[in-house]
Amino acid sequence: MDIPAGYTVNEEVTKRKAVVRPVNERIARLRTESVRTPVTISAERAKLITEFYKSGAAEGLPMPVQRAMAFQYLMERVSLPIEEGQLLVGLRGAGPQEAPTYPEICAHSIEDLQILHSREKMPYRVDEKTVKLYSDQLIPYWKGRTIRESLMDSLPQAWHDAYEAGIWTEFMEQRAPGHTAGGERIFKTGVLDLKEEINRKLAVLRSDDPQYNDKRAELKAMDIAADAIIIYARRYAEKLDRIAEPEADPARKAELTAMASICRKVPARAPETFHEALQHYWFVHVGVIYETNPWDSLSPGRIDQHLEPFLTKDTAAGKLTGEQAKELLQALWIKINNQPAVPKVGVTAEESFTYNDFCKINVGGLKKDGSDGVNEISYLVLEALDEIRTLQPNTALLFSNKNPERLLRKALKVVAPGFGEPPFFNCDGVIVKMLRQGKTLEDARTSGVSGCVESGAFGQEAYILSGYFNLPKILEITLNNGIDPRSGKQLGLKTGDPTRFKSFTELWEAFVSQAKHFMEIKMKGNDLIEEIYARQLPVPFVSLWIDDCVENARDYNSGGARYNTQYLQLVGLGSVVFSLSALKFHIFDRQNTTMSELLEALGQNFAGQHEMLRQLMLNKTPRFGEDDDYADQIAIDIVDIAVKLIESHPPSPVRKASKRAYFLPTTVHVYFGKITGPTPDGRKAGEPVSEGISPVQGSDRKGIAAVLRSVAKCDWDKTGGALLNQKLTPDLLEGAENNKKVARLIRTFFNMGGHHIQFNVVSTELLREALARPADFQDLMVRVAGYSDYFVNLPRGLQEEIIARTIHA
Amino acid sequence: MANSGLIFDIQRFAVHEGPGIRTTVFMKGCPLGCWWCHNPEGITAQAELAFFEYSCIHCRSCAAVCPQGAIDFANEIFQQDRQRCTGCGLCAGACPTGARRIAGRVITLDQLMGEIERDTLLYDSSDGGVTFSGGEPLSQPRFLESALQKCKERGLHTALDTSGYAPADFFASLMGCVDLFLYDLKLADENDHIHYTGVSNKLIKQNLRALDDAGRGGDLILRIPVIPGITDTEKNIAGLRELVASLKRFRQIVLLPYHDVCEKYDRLGRTYEMPTCDAPTPRAVEDIRDAFLK
Repeated sequence: MDIPAGYTVNEEVTKRKAVVRPVNERIARLRTESVRTPVTISAERAKLITEFYKSGAAEGLPMPVQRAMAFQYLMERVSLPIEEGQLLVGLRGAGPQEAPTYPEICAHSIEDLQILHSREKMPYRVDEKTVKLYSDQLIPYWKGRTIRESLMDSLPQAWHDAYEAGIWTEFMEQRAPGHTAGGERIFKTGVLDLKEEINRKLAVLRSDDPQYNDKRAELKAMDIAADAIIIYARRYAEKLDRIAEPEADPARKAELTAMASICRKVPARAPETFHEALQHYWFVHVGVIYETNPWDSLSPGRIDQHLEPFLTKDTAAGKLTGEQAKELLQALWIKINNQPAVPKVGVTAEESFTYNDFCKINVGGLKKDGSDGVNEISYLVLEALDEIRTLQPNTALLFSNKNPERLLRKALKVVAPGFGEPPFFNCDGVIVKMLRQGKTLEDARTSGVSGCVESGAFGQEAYILSGYFNLPKILEITLNNGIDPRSGKQLGLKTGDPTRFKSFTELWEAFVSQAKHFMEIKMKGNDLIEEIYARQLPVPFVSLWIDDCVENARDYNSGGARYNTQYLQLVGLGSVVFSLSALKFHIFDRQNTTMSELLEALGQNFAGQHEMLRQLMLNKTPRFGEDDDYADQIAIDIVDIAVKLIESHPPSPVRKASKRAYFLPTTVHVYFGKITGPTPDGRKAGEPVSEGISPVQGSDRKGIAAVLRSVAKCDWDKTGGALLNQKLTPDLLEGAENNKKVARLIRTFFNMGGHHIQFNVVSTELLREALARPADFQDLMVRVAGYSDYFVNLPRGLQEEIIARTIHA
Repeated sequence: MANSGLIFDIQRFAVHEGPGIRTTVFMKGCPLGCWWCHNPEGITAQAELAFFEYSCIHCRSCAAVCPQGAIDFANEIFQQDRQRCTGCGLCAGACPTGARRIAGRVITLDQLMGEIERDTLLYDSSDGGVTFSGGEPLSQPRFLESALQKCKERGLHTALDTSGYAPADFFASLMGCVDLFLYDLKLADENDHIHYTGVSNKLIKQNLRALDDAGRGGDLILRIPVIPGITDTEKNIAGLRELVASLKRFRQIVLLPYHDVCEKYDRLGRTYEMPTCDAPTPRAVEDIRDAFLK
């Protein structure tokens, strides 16, 4: 007999609180420190890097060498914090939750610092000393020398106009290219092995090679960067010995001594134990995020497969218990959570409004040979997530039809209490995407997802996201014959007065022409920016770890990776499909209204008498997400045309990167909504546009099965990925029967071609209470886009947008 | 063979109406009139107007199109003459906000199968299928039979959510194309049954026995609504226990606790006859469960 459960907000809160249960007291303490420490800006890195550049030590040397020397300068001097009781060392900044700055990329102004310090949501504390350092030394020195200035100065006026109009955002204006995920190289190779590889390569470099100088400089730079990380580890070893010496607790003393000897071994030599492997990875991680401020920090890749040999060996030798393995893994999770995203300001803050730095842990999927890749670590990772529940890292469940369903079901149990993690990814679909892009079968199988939902060949690909592209704004401009109504400027093409359009096809063609026009400006800008990064900001340290940068003697930012891709992320699919469906249905098919009438209503933001028309559009339109072919066909066409337009651009000149389409939003749909006027779907000016590929918030009234079928009609295999949010009532994931049903729902969605799905399991009542009494709900974590975040820390518009998403019961 | 019927909803990804992931078809019309009925839009056998007042923006588009003059906005107060309303639906078509909707639409068998088959992949992956609910699906015997047969032809698992109130011969003829009966048991005593549902339970008991005799005990889930003061009395539980005990085969029982659906009645312009009461506490439901387990 089953008795349907009733739900109250209190029960929901109690249930959520009860799930946080770190493996032991040590981890619990570290977690508390990690979660409670406020985020602060650390000026140490900025100060050191400025000192280095001012010293003139690298003047005249090739840029990669300059960068490598700067990196070494840092590694020789940065603080060496050790959190009380931690088992792993290495941290960016002088303690947990410190975020350094990267003035060579983006030098913050005093005003920036003040905003960061005082903004209500997502603040970064800035002390007086830092402000003084910025005003006396950093700002004067970096003025005119930063990447941000270089790229903003080089981009044409048309680019700036569109950027200011909110047609797109620019990923590269405050942060370096990233989205990097490691492959097996990170876990199987010591830095000394890399040095050998570099020297072998140097030895065979031919002086008649037209790129001899560049290659030689890059290899030299990689060699310096390799030394630098060894220096950092040695400094830690020495420090650990120093603090072990007076340590009174014999157990801790032994731990510190053991940690010191691990730091003498890795990352110089390849790890041999589980503990060494985690420390090894973590040194690489810290190195990458000290070198630059790359988007999405670094991800350890297919961690279950990479770690499995170490776990098996240690366990067999009796050197490691399951409990210890879990403790170490959770210690790493805390480390990741201790590194907030670097401070973002302006549009960049709007598009990615979170402390989350998107280190993504993939579990599940296939092995290189095509067999099931799930192992004990896959489950340990899910348990770590379940017990720790920190903001970071993000976990991705990569599910293949060859994986046991038990993994999926276990993951759903982790989702049930409502923190939004883990999201689910179609592994077999990722493989198809990678194969379509020309990756080998083996490389496709070891691919995964990083950032939010981005597919990439782990350890082998530089897949750089370039910015978000505002589809509803393109429609707005189309309906205004190329003019942006906000500024009155003619930004787009003159595609014709829409009141003269005789058919939906004419409107569609105008829309496509505008999209094409703006994409061209953006994609040309991308190529230009890519050149600036290649020239001014090589990353010899990252390049050590990504195939085949050493082999090609070419930097990650210059196309050294085996695969190179450039992405444009499209936003507002749901809004634009709903809008086009409304135009097609009410104006051209049913003639319920006319284009002039609609344009007038839009011009007045549906005020007064126009409310009737707004209601008609909103309520009486065939909608995307309701399994209605009328609307879904428009979605299919948009995905197809977007892919076609983007892929028609030639590979980038420097990296030879192919151009691809993504559909994901992070938090940009709120910003895009703010600067986009009213849309024909009944959305008023300033309201958020739809997020990811989800239907317009609240418009999917036929249930989750209809949403999934609508979504799966589009050909996502031609994209890099697409983000789908769904909100479920808590009882839908309660009990073994429902767990199984939702598992089968996910499998079916993937078999139909879906790429990703994630669930917010939270009641609307709870969210409303949290909105009203934020102080009482500080730890309420919810799903945002490709990550979870604390609800109270989200900007108000985003909070309301999450509440508005349809809840499926 | 009737190739069209009257339904008031189709719910996809239904997880409470039988095994696996299902699509539930809500058929309109019911010979019973249970006081607590939680699907009042399923009771009458005609399309009828449901009015969601909170969505009304007083635009009067409805009044302008109503051929019966059943809608009035005199003195800015919305008034609806339910007596005159024929459920024609013109107002729902004209209403821009969706405040006026028609409960009940005619659907052809082909259309219905088209809707059902949208989720074939979900049924396949979860051992799910189709559930016919209502209303009382048996009140549209020919359409129900055709739909069930079509589902069986397509290899779909079928469930029938029923009060069991139907002529015995027709009920018997359906058994072959229903994989699972979700059979409501409300009140054991005939007089009580007449009092609270408007009909005798003789046929219901007879059809239940027929199912049992046919050896379909394994394909039977008994569903008992827990209605405070009505079905949860000691006397009724004892009576139902006795009835259940007299069945030959093992069967599953699901308790469905009462919840207030007053709002649904307001929308239809009807009065909710059920006396005000709270939903049963989980404890009370557990006690009843224990009574059956004894």
